[in-house]
Amino acid sequence: MRTELASPPDDAATSGADADAGRSGERRRRRRPIGRIVLLVVMIVAAVPFVFPTWWMVTSSFKPMSEIMRLPPTLWPTSPTFDAYGQVFELQPFAQQYWNSLYIAAVVTVGTVLVSAMAGYAFARVRFPGVNVLFIVVLVGMLIPIEVTIVPLFRMVNALGLIDTHWPLIVIPIIGAPSVLATFIMRQFFLTLPAELEDAGKVDGLTRAGIFWRIAFPLARPATAAVAIFTFMQSWNMFLEPLVFLSSKENFTLPLALTQYVDAYGGPIWNVQLAATTLTVLPVLGVFVLAQRQFVEGLAQTGLKG
Amino acid sequence: MTSTIDAGSRPGPGRRTARRRRAGLGDALTGYAFVTPQLLGSAFFVIGPLIAVVWYSLHDWNVLAGTFTFSGAENYERLLSDPSFVDSLQATGIFSAGLVVLNVSLALALAVMLNQRLPGTTTFRTFFFSPVVVSLVAWTIVWGFLLQADGGINGFLAELGVDGPNWLRREDTAMLSVVIVQVFKNVGLNMVLFLAALQGVPRELREAARVDGANAWRSFWKITMPLISPTILLVSILTIVGSLQVFAQIAVLTQGGPGTSTTVLVYYLYQQAFEFKEFGYASAVSVVLFLIVAVLTLVQWQTRKRWVFHEN
Repeated sequence: MRTELASPPDDAATSGADADAGRSGERRRRRRPIGRIVLLVVMIVAAVPFVFPTWWMVTSSFKPMSEIMRLPPTLWPTSPTFDAYGQVFELQPFAQQYWNSLYIAAVVTVGTVLVSAMAGYAFARVRFPGVNVLFIVVLVGMLIPIEVTIVPLFRMVNALGLIDTHWPLIVIPIIGAPSVLATFIMRQFFLTLPAELEDAGKVDGLTRAGIFWRIAFPLARPATAAVAIFTFMQSWNMFLEPLVFLSSKENFTLPLALTQYVDAYGGPIWNVQLAATTLTVLPVLGVFVLAQRQFVEGLAQTGLKG
Repeated sequence: MTSTIDAGSRPGPGRRTARRRRAGLGDALTGYAFVTPQLLGSAFFVIGPLIAVVWYSLHDWNVLAGTFTFSGAENYERLLSDPSFVDSLQATGIFSAGLVVLNVSLALALAVMLNQRLPGTTTFRTFFFSPVVVSLVAWTIVWGFLLQADGGINGFLAELGVDGPNWLRREDTAMLSVVIVQVFKNVGLNMVLFLAALQGVPRELREAARVDGANAWRSFWKITMPLISPTILLVSILTIVGSLQVFAQIAVLTQGGPGTSTTVLVYYLYQQAFEFKEFGYASAVSVVLFLIVAVLTLVQWQTRKRWVFHEN
């Protein structure tokens, strides 16, 4: 898929070369440029609702409050200001919230990769009594979105005195329902691993755990990358869980914090909210542009394998 | 392999099996150790809570009133006679149907366009995919800003002489707005899945059709569509399952309103549980949600088994 998309389109290079080819070729060429231009225009128009919101977010965040709702709308701030960015950090402990989101997503990602790699490996390659039954038990997690169990989970977290801490946002995703898909993807990968590699490890006297650590897990890098990316994104985007489990602003994660830039009447302070949103979105978009292939593949896995 | 090497140097079969059994035991222990974290998670955070939510749903449990009494199927009877629950089912149905139709058709159209391999295709793919990596709440906030009565979209519409509605505050446009915001957010994911499916369609088939005099439109419907229909089915089910979990968009854009026009199932569940503290009743709603999601997911698994041949 990627290679085909990445390769330079051959038609473009050759279209001008054989100017006096046969008549049918000429007709075909005459018809095609129009079709291609129409297609290009359609794609440009289609791209607007995908790109424009991000553009509007960034430019509006530099507009003063007086300009932000001005009619007709200005595509570029006429008197750009950083005021909104200052307020982002004054109205809420935004740096702390940013850090909360980052470290929670990082811990959840590392934890999920480890747990799902180990479980996926065991389910794929190790034969032990009950392996199939246990795998089915784990798979049940895929049938249960977190929303279904949010009431009992809240009660459990509350009973443990862990409300308004980050524990539920870390532990539940790593070993609970959200990591089941990761385990499934890892298992699918390990199933394809040639048995000879493991046999070689056995000959070298490695234990099962050694074979996993030194041979299987290092080979699982593509699956690990996919799991890491979608796990990170899932944690970074969590909304219902922090809304239910957290109560004080310094513990909030970003998605929840973004909704809190409101005035005394509950109406959003738009330029500040958009500045905070910009700070949240741009780094991720930047990483996406750099590692596009991994992102597309990693996130598509959630669709394909789910 | 090990056993064949060992066979020559080993004196008796008894020792060999003993050794293998020991290795098997070690293997089994490692296996159990490796799956333990995941199993603990399943027990404590998945299956336990699932049993609990069914149990709670059979109780009259209001946290504010401090009641917790067994009430049998009362919560379920209440669900059936509660107009707002029926409304929320209806809102969910409208949302899911609108989303799956718009999302799948747009995703397919974009994938077909990208598959023409024009110059700049990679850039367009990046554009179409980029909202997928933007956090849902961020994306929703920006669209909420654009959809204000005096927001960007109406501003540009006014330039064209069109008087735009207050998108999020009118019953007839609120749900449509939420659906559209969600379509642009995630259509890129389905587009990529379709693109992979389209590229799995053998070129020779389409060329053969062209030789037989079929135009592009006809060969798309007669050849491409049948070949990618399993993917369409799969993507549709996945999109519906995802759409049942919609929550953040509603919380940010409309808070379920105006009226109850955008109060979808999960938002209703959240309100009952965490605003009205009706834990028992909310649990009954959870059970209904679980049944719908579970049935659809099982259908999806069956579909994959029978249809999907692109997997490697």
